[in-house]
Amino acid sequence: MKMLRGKVLAKFGNDISTDDMASSKYVTSATPEALGKICMRDVDPDFPKKMAEGGFIVAGTNFGCGSSREWAPVALKAAGTKAVIAEEIARIFYRNALNLGLPVIEIPGITKNANVGDELEIDLESGSVKNLTTGVALKGIPTPEFLTKIMEAGGLVEFLKIDLAKSRGK
Amino acid sequence: MGMTLTEKILAKAAGRSSVKPGDIVEASIDLAMLHDALGSLTFPIVRDLGIRIWDSDKVVVAIDHAAPPSSLGHAEWVADTIRFAREYKIRHFYNMQGVAHQIIPEEGLVRPGMVAVGTDSHTCTYGALGAFATGIGSTEMAWVLAKGSLWFRVPATIKVVVDGSLPARVMAKDVMLKVLSVLGVNGATYKALEFTGEAIRRMSMDGRLALCNMAVETGAKNGIVEPDEVTWSYLKERYCGPMEPVSPDEDAVYDRVIRIDASGLSPMLACPHSPGNVVPVNEVAGTKVDQVVIGTCTGGRMEDFRAAAEIIRGRKVPPFVRCLVIPASAKIYRQLLEENLIKVFLDAGCVMCNPQCGPCAGLHYGLLAPGEVCVGTHNRNFMGRMGSPLAQVYLASAATAAAAAVTGKIVDPRDM
Repeated sequence: MKMLRGKVLAKFGNDISTDDMASSKYVTSATPEALGKICMRDVDPDFPKKMAEGGFIVAGTNFGCGSSREWAPVALKAAGTKAVIAEEIARIFYRNALNLGLPVIEIPGITKNANVGDELEIDLESGSVKNLTTGVALKGIPTPEFLTKIMEAGGLVEFLKIDLAKSRGK
Repeated sequence: MGMTLTEKILAKAAGRSSVKPGDIVEASIDLAMLHDALGSLTFPIVRDLGIRIWDSDKVVVAIDHAAPPSSLGHAEWVADTIRFAREYKIRHFYNMQGVAHQIIPEEGLVRPGMVAVGTDSHTCTYGALGAFATGIGSTEMAWVLAKGSLWFRVPATIKVVVDGSLPARVMAKDVMLKVLSVLGVNGATYKALEFTGEAIRRMSMDGRLALCNMAVETGAKNGIVEPDEVTWSYLKERYCGPMEPVSPDEDAVYDRVIRIDASGLSPMLACPHSPGNVVPVNEVAGTKVDQVVIGTCTGGRMEDFRAAAEIIRGRKVPPFVRCLVIPASAKIYRQLLEENLIKVFLDAGCVMCNPQCGPCAGLHYGLLAPGEVCVGTHNRNFMGRMGSPLAQVYLASAATAAAAAVTGKIVDPRDM
């Protein structure tokens, strides 16, 4: 997988839940556009505005905790999130994000070493980040190979399509 | 090297003689649950890709979140869920008969050694029956329906030993809140919680379900209890096929061991806005309460309602407080009727609601206004989850919730 380059547009602390990303009380439609507009409303009402140009989120531990709702990564993506770099990522959200084609990566130490406005370069496969603004490089958790394959296919639905086509072709 | 309960189940489901934490395995799935809220994202994928369900008898579809729907959007989920169940001939289809996490154990659909997944983070509840059970996303569920298998990274296991016996009016929920106070909300991320010890062996299935239900609140992949006499007698009335015991090896390797003395526990509360923000009830005693919820997949079972009724009987909910009683299933509702507990709740001024998820997920039925305070028996109190981000939600046992309902404030249920 190729490197991703972008600017940090939002920074969060610990325990940002999938309720924060897509609160049930605001989910009136599952369209990405509608979800993008309500993303993070209770924690940061300006979030969609901040993300509009498209960029990265830096966050603390337990990012994406709570509900298994896939509206959460859909909402983040629709709001303009190109990747999430967090100290730690909750497990269901981790799987959902990669399955839906949103790059997420665990980099311990990232919150101390990246701020809003910094330019980052991330490598999902090796699990590393370089802060191009400060020159600091950090190593985190590599992504399992088959998950990067799912990402490359464009997400799990595309991956499953290919898989089903193969088995039907037999 | 010996294996923990979770490792043993995953090894067998992956067709391997052994696994260790960190291994990535493809495990066959014995049970897949979809509900109206998050299944509604799976159904279109199944149709678009022309997926043929690998084994529709292993699939459970439940309408429990928007039950009944309170908006046009929710009505569309429900209508599509019914359409899906019909089109794909889902035998285990439950239309507003309660929360899937109660129906599945209650109907004997989950049993020791099984691998169960669901489009809901609280699927981990089924670990109470000695199964490996975890929540997955809606897209992964489409994969499961097509293939009948899914990849898992084998989790390291934290052993939670609960010794002694619980004092009066201290419940399984209090044990889990104590565990949360030790582990915090990410102390078990990517890991399994294996509950064991004297107090667990004495614990009813209702209590074990409450315990495993909140495993995910520590970040865990699953919570699990070794099957024992309580498990077999619970299942005997519900399932007549063959069942096999499963137990951890004596030389199993644990990531960490936590010991809790049940005899020394007191009623606990998780304060706003985190399930890990746990204190003994006396630290917040006197806090005024606007709403009480006794119900949900955590605290809406017979043991909970019996404990609540003991406190509510002969007392009144003050007029400025609302107390919602939400049985976790239609069977429990009926049992409440048979035990004459509905009369106890109605006499006190409680509101009897139909079996469903309730306000826990913030969909409908008891959302909170800014500044309102709620004590509930549910599992999450994230800021804004149950209504206004300015509302305050406390998580507690049914006994503590009932005490709050009839006094209008947080009090120690042992003082009632």
